Amino acid sequence: MLLIHCPYCGVERPEIEFRYGGEAHIARPAEPSKLSDEEWAEFLYMRTNPRGLMAERWRHVHGCGRFFNAIRDTVSDRFLKVYKAGEKRPDMKKLAAEAAQ
Amino acid sequence: MKQPQRIASGGRIDRAAPLSFTFDGETYQGFKGDTLASALLANDIHLVGRSFKYHRPRGILTAGSEEPNALVGLRRDEGQNTPNLRATQIELYSGLDAVSQNRFPSLSFDIGAVNDLLSPLFAAGFYYKTFMWPQSFWNKVYEPFIRAAAGLGNAPRDADRDRYANTYAHCDVLVIGSGPAGLAAATAAAESGARVILCDEQREMGGSLLHENDPSVAISSEPAGQWVEKTLADLAANDRVTLLPRTTAFGYFAQNFVALAERVTDHLADPDPRLPRERLWQVRAKQVVIATGAIERPMVFPENDRPGIMMAEAGRIYLNRYGAKVGSRVVIATACDTAYHAAIDLKQAGIEVDLVADLRPDPQGAAIDAAKAAGIRVEPAMVVTGTQGRKRVSKALLGRVRPDGSVVSAGSIACDCLLMSGGWTPNVSLYSQSRGKVVFDEASGAFVPGPSVQAERSAGSCRGINGLAAVIEDGFEAGEVAAKAAIGKGKRPEAPEVSGGEAGSGGTLGALPHDRDAARVRAFVDFQNDVTAKDVKLAVREGFQSIEHIKRYTTTGMATDQGRLSNMNALSIASTALDRTIPDVGLTTFRQPYTPVTFGTLATTSRGDLFDPVRQTPIHGWAEEQGAAFEDVGLWKRAWYFPKPGEGMHEAVARECATVRETVGLFDASTLGKIEVVGPDAAEFLNRIYTNPWLKLGVGKLRYGLMLNEAGFIMDDGVVGRIAEDRFHVTTTTGGAPRVLAHMEDYLQTEWPDLDVWLTSTTEQWAVIAVQGPKAREAIAPLVEGIDLAPEAMPHMSMQTGTICGVPTRLFRVSFTGELGFEINVPASKGREVWEAVWERVKALEGCAYGTETMHVLRAEKGYIIVGQETDGTVTPDDVGMDWAIGKKKADFVGMRSLARPDIVVSGRKQLVGLLTDNPSVVLEEGAQVTQEARPALKTSALGHVTSSYHSPALGRSIALALVADGRAKTGSTLYVPMPDGPIAVEVVSPVFYDPQGARLDV
Ligand SMILES: [Zn+2]
Repeated sequence: MLLIHCPYCGVERPEIEFRYGGEAHIARPAEPSKLSDEEWAEFLYMRTNPRGLMAERWRHVHGCGRFFNAIRDTVSDRFLKVYKAGEKRPDMKKLAAEAAQ
Repeated sequence: MKQPQRIASGGRIDRAAPLSFTFDGETYQGFKGDTLASALLANDIHLVGRSFKYHRPRGILTAGSEEPNALVGLRRDEGQNTPNLRATQIELYSGLDAVSQNRFPSLSFDIGAVNDLLSPLFAAGFYYKTFMWPQSFWNKVYEPFIRAAAGLGNAPRDADRDRYANTYAHCDVLVIGSGPAGLAAATAAAESGARVILCDEQREMGGSLLHENDPSVAISSEPAGQWVEKTLADLAANDRVTLLPRTTAFGYFAQNFVALAERVTDHLADPDPRLPRERLWQVRAKQVVIATGAIERPMVFPENDRPGIMMAEAGRIYLNRYGAKVGSRVVIATACDTAYHAAIDLKQAGIEVDLVADLRPDPQGAAIDAAKAAGIRVEPAMVVTGTQGRKRVSKALLGRVRPDGSVVSAGSIACDCLLMSGGWTPNVSLYSQSRGKVVFDEASGAFVPGPSVQAERSAGSCRGINGLAAVIEDGFEAGEVAAKAAIGKGKRPEAPEVSGGEAGSGGTLGALPHDRDAARVRAFVDFQNDVTAKDVKLAVREGFQSIEHIKRYTTTGMATDQGRLSNMNALSIASTALDRTIPDVGLTTFRQPYTPVTFGTLATTSRGDLFDPVRQTPIHGWAEEQGAAFEDVGLWKRAWYFPKPGEGMHEAVARECATVRETVGLFDASTLGKIEVVGPDAAEFLNRIYTNPWLKLGVGKLRYGLMLNEAGFIMDDGVVGRIAEDRFHVTTTTGGAPRVLAHMEDYLQTEWPDLDVWLTSTTEQWAVIAVQGPKAREAIAPLVEGIDLAPEAMPHMSMQTGTICGVPTRLFRVSFTGELGFEINVPASKGREVWEAVWERVKALEGCAYGTETMHVLRAEKGYIIVGQETDGTVTPDDVGMDWAIGKKKADFVGMRSLARPDIVVSGRKQLVGLLTDNPSVVLEEGAQVTQEARPALKTSALGHVTSSYHSPALGRSIALALVADGRAKTGSTLYVPMPDGPIAVEVVSPVFYDPQGARLDV
């Protein structure tokens, strides 16, 4: 069972307190009706599914209830960074380089 | 009773505590401190099982958890018989009742042994080859055969009566294994001030030192056993140390999460029923020290699997630790020095050790000299080329290995026990489980742990460190470094002076040379799965290149020992056949669990009533007292129907339905999900979340809300009341409450953080009492205060606050039955009190209480959908005829854009319709397919399926709802529901069967 650090609570808690929320940084379009069918389908369904570092959403559902973002390595299943919703995506290349050390 | 192979004194058994036990119905004697294996050997019993595939007679091979052969079933009673236990790990207790496995009718005469004669049929991949064609043979021939032949032992018939406990633990340093390295590591970590857990799968801690009788071996000038005792006493006295014997670390997971299985009562004759049988320890360790030792490798020579053929060190363990002789005339085959210690110890115990056949051309060293000095015949460059003896080895065939590697016969030698040692394999299972990658050490010819992936380190012979002094030193260092990493300080205890116990040398890998007809002999690599050297070679000949594929094709290394005994030999054989180096071919990955774990230990307390939490409403006790039948809805227990004496479900539901439509019924709707949506932007938030318009909904008004996911499919529905300008009382489906709250939080937090809204789950704060029927108003009128129930003051879909029975209430006028109806929301703590008061009124009006089944029938008569029954995550509002719930003027809401996607507006989508069977007494089966033709051709797609189906008391006939392609356009036509007994003709009708104008609501 993974330990996940909640950036709001400031503590590491077991995975069962959290719920996965899919890929992060996919903003809902401001005016969906202006999008073509292709653009809307892209937003709805297409995800990057990377091998390696991925920015994803987690919710501390059995804790503070807040959504936050995390960078996780999909190969090693390790969390490299967590950050609050609304904060910028970190420099993934830099993180990958740090993790490789 | 006599134990013919028990030596007169010595060993760690308690000779003052004799125990009797049975094996295959025969009674034997052993002592406290014996394992089943040692007690059987003391009784001169080697034949203990039949092999998996060929049913060959097999004996005890090892003295540890890696045992592949000696698997037995233990019986306590029907609920407590456990198959496939390793006799080498079973502690003897008085009355222990063990049976051998995989034989019929008896161990010594087994019909399945015919497989041995048919062995050419069972070569590698025989499943894939033998059972291919023809297809029609699968059901009748192959599958029954495989089922009859597959599997070892018999599963228990009754439910498991035992309890299993669960413990979470945290520590600074977890040390796995309590041999010299583990004891040293635990000592160093503890003396550094760390919190330490030390676990070992055995009853006693001490590992290899427990059978070290050599007087020349001393630690701090004391015998090894005394050092163990003293070290353990010090650890036990330290309150930062937890000692866990009989505890197997079976799983190493992410972030140093290690699962341990502690066997609490299995070794007791009469366990205290208050104790759990086993305890799962879920340990989160800051640092882990793996000290799991090394495992002796079998030698791969022809017929190396007969009873009486054992590992050399096992022979020594049984003698020194358990006082049991493994034979009377022993031959030892070896390629390494350690077997000479066995030779010397056995000889000293009075056993005839007639020969040590050493594969090496010129073995040299102290151990060899000592053996020779003890008068033991040592033959270099000698190999065992075969054995004889049906149920016990009786003779070993010998060969001389010539410098060119060829073998010439060197006669044979009689024996009743053949000990072998192919060298030692570092036990890297847990390191491998921690996702570390092993590296090949050319010098020792072994795979050892590579860089750490987690916060762990290996110590001692599991990482290729040998010799007692070096192992203890390595343990101290590992403990010190682990403590330093965990708590910031580390202390190295002063290294004790160690004499003796030097590291030996030697070892061999793979199939040994012999002078026999290669086509006719079998040399076993994996004993439990009956995989031979030939099988591995065959797999390579048939084109398998990857060791992972060879493993799966031959099943080598896939038994319960996970290849701890066999992997290196199999790998060596494969690498020779592939003409590639061993590190190039590579080792297969070890996976959890280290040894088999009972289901009970994994389930712990999550069984029966404790499997899931049970949710009960405030009215639950009342319904129980009334004799209600209950059904599970999610975690909730809901009153299903309220049978009167003599009534079955059908009669009770018919009566309840009729009563609601004629007078009044009382229904517990407390399980409805409830969310309080509060804040200046509450209406705007709901406007974006639901399809309906909310901005203009007046205070005191209710609205049916329909919720879509972003893909445009219905995900939930419920009635929402506006309590105040900035406050809404939202209800959700019973099962959907957490999902809906999460969905709302998701949008609120991540898409619209600018909205000033708070969401609070209030599901358990409100009891909800539904009063439904023409006399509903009459029922509650005398009980309410501050509420005007008159139709014009409180029309359908409105709400008022006030009190009922003096209790504050949010009273909703709402209906899920099609009748005049109210839902009384009161604080949960007052739920039963108000319910009982209303019940008195309902009773006086000749009404009834009704359950979920009646609720379902009444709503189906009205064509009201249930999300999750009429919908399945692919259904849009238009599909179920609910376009009316969509705010046409809204610019956006969740899911709106998707409703314009091509696949959603396409014609021919499935639509909600009613179905009436031609025969009114036939009730369709929910989930049944709906087709155009009565007897559609094979592979014709169905038009849809039945979603709800009931007998309707109001209509006096069956009714059904269905999703049918282009269903609304098919109204009036006849379709079919094909069933095993023949097709059922149905007419497509409107989904609203009862009071289509809604006149009964408007009273
Ligand atoms: Zn939190």
